Amino acid sequence: MPNSPENNIKDKLSAMTGSVGVIKPQTLHFDQPLKLVCGKVLRQYDLVYETYGELNKEHSNAILICHALSGDHHAAGYHSKSDPKPGWWDSCIGPGKPIDTHHFFVVSLNNLGGCGGSTGPTSINPDTGELYGPDFPIVTVKDWVESQARLADVLEICSWVAVVGGSLGGMQALAWSINHPNRVKHAVVIASTAKLSAQNIAFNEISRKAITSDPDFREGYFARENIIPAKGLMLARMIGHVTYLSDASMGEKFGRDKKSPDFNFNYGVEFEVESYLNYQGERFTKNFDANTYLLMTRALDYFDPAADFDGSLEAAIATAKCSYFVVSFSTDWRFSPERSEVLVEAMIKARKSVTYSEIDAPYGHDAFLIATPRYIDVFSAYMGRVAKEITHEG
Amino acid sequence: MRADLKVIEPWISANTQVLDLGCGDGTLLAYLKEKKNVQGYGLENDADEITKCVVKGVNVIEHDLDEKGLGKFADQQFDTVIMTQALQAVRRPDEMIDEMLRLGKEGIVTFPNFGYWRCRYYLLCYGKMPMSKSLPHTWYNTPNIHLCTFKDFEILCRQKNIKILNRTVVDADFEQSRSAKMMPNLFAEFAVYRITRN
Repeated sequence: MPNSPENNIKDKLSAMTGSVGVIKPQTLHFDQPLKLVCGKVLRQYDLVYETYGELNKEHSNAILICHALSGDHHAAGYHSKSDPKPGWWDSCIGPGKPIDTHHFFVVSLNNLGGCGGSTGPTSINPDTGELYGPDFPIVTVKDWVESQARLADVLEICSWVAVVGGSLGGMQALAWSINHPNRVKHAVVIASTAKLSAQNIAFNEISRKAITSDPDFREGYFARENIIPAKGLMLARMIGHVTYLSDASMGEKFGRDKKSPDFNFNYGVEFEVESYLNYQGERFTKNFDANTYLLMTRALDYFDPAADFDGSLEAAIATAKCSYFVVSFSTDWRFSPERSEVLVEAMIKARKSVTYSEIDAPYGHDAFLIATPRYIDVFSAYMGRVAKEITHEG
Repeated sequence: MRADLKVIEPWISANTQVLDLGCGDGTLLAYLKEKKNVQGYGLENDADEITKCVVKGVNVIEHDLDEKGLGKFADQQFDTVIMTQALQAVRRPDEMIDEMLRLGKEGIVTFPNFGYWRCRYYLLCYGKMPMSKSLPHTWYNTPNIHLCTFKDFEILCRQKNIKILNRTVVDADFEQSRSAKMMPNLFAEFAVYRITRN
């Protein structure tokens, strides 16, 4: 009974807390082989996903959330009452938040090749009975979109009212609009780009080298020996982390603050920023798989939807039928506002509906995860418009 | 309804492409979309105005005209490029007009007339920079850094070989009074110009 007083109170409570509450991930097994861009075939695979909110009768209020490099299916809410941290995009998903679960049915999955539960390097290869490890085929953004489309089929979602993502997730939203124009009404592309620059690829290569040159990497078969290339993975994360922050945000957070009042005149941790990076790097090695990290960075490198259209981004976007919402952040130097502007220009040339906002925020690339008021305002306004367009015909 | 919309609307053909420079809260574009099925884009740099555009469903692009110019937009991409009440606030109005007619087949500009008799009277009698309902700022904090009269604007158009297709002069309430029509440079407070290079 949706309108019982008890439910009303519950609704009000959840609106106040803005949390989707405790969420249980689900797993779907797919037996239909998936032919990948690299030429290899995944004969079968699992996708782990979470959903928030209710799917309406017409199945017209579904939103797909696409995750970035180190993300997974756990975008919002908690896995248990004692869970200390919510999902990675809890700032933007939930009742009363920009992706408002009062209106939308939100689907968030772990992509193929990930290490959050969907089939990837840490899964068993059914052909050999052993862990895939480095033998897991390299998947691309396009492959992810295909696997997500199959998930949509199973969930009986013909068309997403919006596909939403930041960074690598934004690339998936863009790819959806180009590869499945009839299945997406709005593509929300946040802190993203139409392709990586040489500098972006260079940073990815340094990260990969850090991992592959760790003696414990063992050509990717480290799990067989019950070890992990912790040093390499930690280094990769530290490099990545610096590119996610801005000079300003690091300055504000750490400045030149020291661990102890006097220098020790050695190469141990002297500054707070060093301590922070070491901590972040170390924590990452406990939660993330090195082979997945390699794969995700490669998927980033390869992304270039214009390549299928003789290098014309305008021609690629011309195939789309959706409206776009593009957001960038002033201090993001990984995917700077100029990169989003390139996207917007192509969208205007292709005569697509597009809204673009450059948010003044000091947090660098990570700003897309942080609830700065202006970001939340304009994001909420756009999603409010999307909510109004939800169709109620069968 | 905003008075200037009434003047501008007849000059925009149905189903055309419009770019509104400094589109504010998107009222004009929303109006043209509804009335004439115009596909419009608005450039704006004020955060609150942008959010209002988003709520209205107007295609708004966050863009600082003075800082970034219009260089990234392709030639003749639009049918009409509109700039209402902002020409006097940009760094180089002459270059802005060139850019408008590079991007669009036609341009529509509106601006306050500094030759309006009250402005002249204010300067003559008080010896101070004129302030009025349409020019409410003091000289040191005004965004209007390139105020001009109708005459000034028309001289510029002539120099640039720009054709004035239409001109509507109006009073402070955007009404077309008789005195404003007779001696516009003295009695009209605003003008709406429709210009082209073709």
